[in-house]
Amino acid sequence: MSVDLILFIILALVAIATAAGMLLSRSAIYAALFLVLNFATVAVFYLILNAPFIALTQVTVYAGAIMVLFLFVIMLLGSEKLPKTENLPWQRPLAVGLAVILVAETVYLLLFRNADTATIQRAVESFGNPQAIGEFLFDKYLLPFEITSVLLLVAMVGAIVMTKKEKGGQE
Amino acid sequence: MVPVTYYLALSAILFTMGALGVLIRRNALIIFMSVELMLNAANLAFVAFTRTFEILDGQVFVFFVMAVAAAEVAVGLALIVAIFRSKRSIDVDQMSSLKG
Repeated sequence: MSVDLILFIILALVAIATAAGMLLSRSAIYAALFLVLNFATVAVFYLILNAPFIALTQVTVYAGAIMVLFLFVIMLLGSEKLPKTENLPWQRPLAVGLAVILVAETVYLLLFRNADTATIQRAVESFGNPQAIGEFLFDKYLLPFEITSVLLLVAMVGAIVMTKKEKGGQE
Repeated sequence: MVPVTYYLALSAILFTMGALGVLIRRNALIIFMSVELMLNAANLAFVAFTRTFEILDGQVFVFFVMAVAAAEVAVGLALIVAIFRSKRSIDVDQMSSLKG
């Protein structure tokens, strides 16, 4: 076993364990913190895969901004523990069964249909550095980049409009 | 280096766990977090393919997915706050009426 494989297995186990922790924890705060750890692990995977810009964007945008927003809303609502009410008692076993089928399907497709297990070659030094990403982003993908700014503006306006209290409303 | 199939398998497992979270959890916030987990699994597959084929477009796509995820979280959390104000609960089983 090479060092790369050992590192991959350890990180994959951490990623899967934190995802399971997020699924199973009763408290929403613990779920959010497990998800932060999961995002950090995936950021390390991005670093291994020669994507330093994406890795740091992952840490700042996902683990930083998005999860802080989640924690903020959890603390604002203060209802992180829900009473155990089940309106659809058959839903949970059905969901677990469907998830098992989905995993079996993907494993079958990956391991048996596609026998190509080519290892990833060592990349050239400049592959995936921020300069190369920037040249792509501002040259080939300039229009989508500009549309992203409009999308973020719309999301910002939408969030403010939806949480604003109505004038003369009941609250 | 590790075969790209391993990364795809990990991505598939994380995606399935996200889908399972959407199906079994009742808390709207945790359902949102599971959606984020699914987006993240797709991003991992994108970056693994980018590294395999040595074409940078995949990493740019991941950048756009992150921007869309940020917008989605902002609007979604605003919706959850608005629903909590009117119903005093974020349990998705309680959101069964068409008129708030």
